[in-house]
Amino acid sequence: MVRSSLAVLVIDENRIRASIIEAGLREAGHQLVTVIHDVTGIARRIAEIEPDVIVIDLENPNRDMLENMFQLSRAVKRPIAMFVDRSDQASIEAAVDAGVSAYVVDGLRQERVKPILDMAVSRFNAFSRMARELEEARSELEGRKVIDRAKGILMKSRGLSEEAAYTLLRKTAMNQNRKISDIAQSLVTAAGLLGPAEDE
Amino acid sequence: MSMRHQITAGFMPLFDSAVLVAASELGFAAREGIGLTLHRETSWANIRDRIAIGHFDLAHMLGPMPLACNLGLTPLASETIVPFSLGLGGNCVTVSNAVWAGMAAHGAEADLDPARAGAALRAFIRDRAVAGREPLRFAVVHPHSGHNYELRYWLAACGIDPDREIEIVIVPPPFMADALATGRIDGYCVGEPWNSAAVAAGTGHIVTVKAQIWRNSPEKVIGVRKAWADENLEALAALLRALHHSARWCQDPANHAELAAVMAQPGFLGQPPAVQMPILTGHLQLGGGAERDIDDFFLPFDKAANFPWKSHALWFYTQMVRWGHVAHTPGNLAIARDCYRPDLYRSALKPLGVALPGANAKVEGALKAATAVGATGAGLVLGPDGFFDGQIFDPDEIDTYIASQKSVRTEA
Repeated sequence: MVRSSLAVLVIDENRIRASIIEAGLREAGHQLVTVIHDVTGIARRIAEIEPDVIVIDLENPNRDMLENMFQLSRAVKRPIAMFVDRSDQASIEAAVDAGVSAYVVDGLRQERVKPILDMAVSRFNAFSRMARELEEARSELEGRKVIDRAKGILMKSRGLSEEAAYTLLRKTAMNQNRKISDIAQSLVTAAGLLGPAEDE
Repeated sequence: MSMRHQITAGFMPLFDSAVLVAASELGFAAREGIGLTLHRETSWANIRDRIAIGHFDLAHMLGPMPLACNLGLTPLASETIVPFSLGLGGNCVTVSNAVWAGMAAHGAEADLDPARAGAALRAFIRDRAVAGREPLRFAVVHPHSGHNYELRYWLAACGIDPDREIEIVIVPPPFMADALATGRIDGYCVGEPWNSAAVAAGTGHIVTVKAQIWRNSPEKVIGVRKAWADENLEALAALLRALHHSARWCQDPANHAELAAVMAQPGFLGQPPAVQMPILTGHLQLGGGAERDIDDFFLPFDKAANFPWKSHALWFYTQMVRWGHVAHTPGNLAIARDCYRPDLYRSALKPLGVALPGANAKVEGALKAATAVGATGAGLVLGPDGFFDGQIFDPDEIDTYIASQKSVRTEA
């Protein structure tokens, strides 16, 4: 078990990703985890929480505001950008590639913080992978739907069997070096433009 | 088409990235044999980080940002040089309707006159202080920005201490109008279209503009990672020529509609073309039905707008010193002096036979009218470049300038 009393603040507008990071931190034994989705009034929250580590996603347009706030902070626990000494170029690159950045309070030893950043990086990457797979699954499902509609149009207008309709779509796609779903979409669009041929 | 050079650049979705965007989208880069890949970013911190770790070779940057990097004022800084400026002017100061009403009660008029507007704001601020009300809160986009320094310059010259009599916070440009409308801030200094946005929404008034606080003054630049530049001098020179042709194209009114359409695309600004027009025409709605044509509101090319004057960098440096961002030491001054690189600009453009300034620095604020200047090539016109308070910045008299501003500050 990791014994740690580090207070971690996660700033992420993406609620799902934030909760994945939070779960990872708790599993790693960090009990003092706070998640913020909206940066309104964040100065007061940071003063209350006094975080040792702040994790923020790079899509967040408020990084400039936060960095300025840290710089002006009169608090003893003043956050600075992680790896400010640039001793670990590989970690910096991994973090930026994953789309995450971190700030730690001045003076905190790097080896205490590095596992937190590594965890955030791997969870950010896992989240991106998941989002990509979800998007692929969604577009595949939509592609299948549009192919079904195109088949229906061909069956009705040309009196083809379902199998023959699909073969025609596939052959056209191969000849034009395009995806079947693209050909199907063109057909559905054209049928819509040409009038009441479609049975809807 | 295979390209001799591959260059990756970052930019923020602001109109003054136009010269870089047009270089890519209208083929100026390709004609110089450059495959130019642009990446849109969400914060200046991201641009700085991605330059530092080598994702970007160069980027659209705030004029003072490379100085801040080289002076060690920001984390993850890498040595950055400036061989090209992306334009002059383009910013406004916008206030809420409530602040405008307060200023109008003290003599402000919709004429953008910085002195008149500043005097009215000062009177309004003093009234509020007497009534025990909270200081007004103004926003800028970044501490090391032309916005921050010109806002502070204007306020201080009007007898308002920007550190004590108001509060200055950081807000990302696209959120400015919203923050003003909801009362989280009382005013801001930002580039277009984010001033016209508040005017169009009926929630703000433009009270003055960068072009009147300091006419023909520096704004965004191309910041280049020095380590990359040292190893890719030929690619950099080709890019500077592409940017030169792009800037000339952007300046020509005949191309403004096409430029606005390019910038309106979702991958760039993602704002309707009509929103891009005020910065191109200099014709601004100020709020409450007032409108104004502003001379030299934003220049992407004319008046040697792309020349990286060392005097511009040094003026930013004096303001960093003035507001406590950096100590004035011979070492820091040398860093500031070396950051902008007119030598690289000149050597890249020399083969084109175009007009080039002969000097690396100029006295800022000395030209009261547009003036033809001695230069290689023909037809170079500079200025007017006056500060609204009549002050002059001589880059050879830095100590005197810094000292004079210090004394103004303690009096205020």
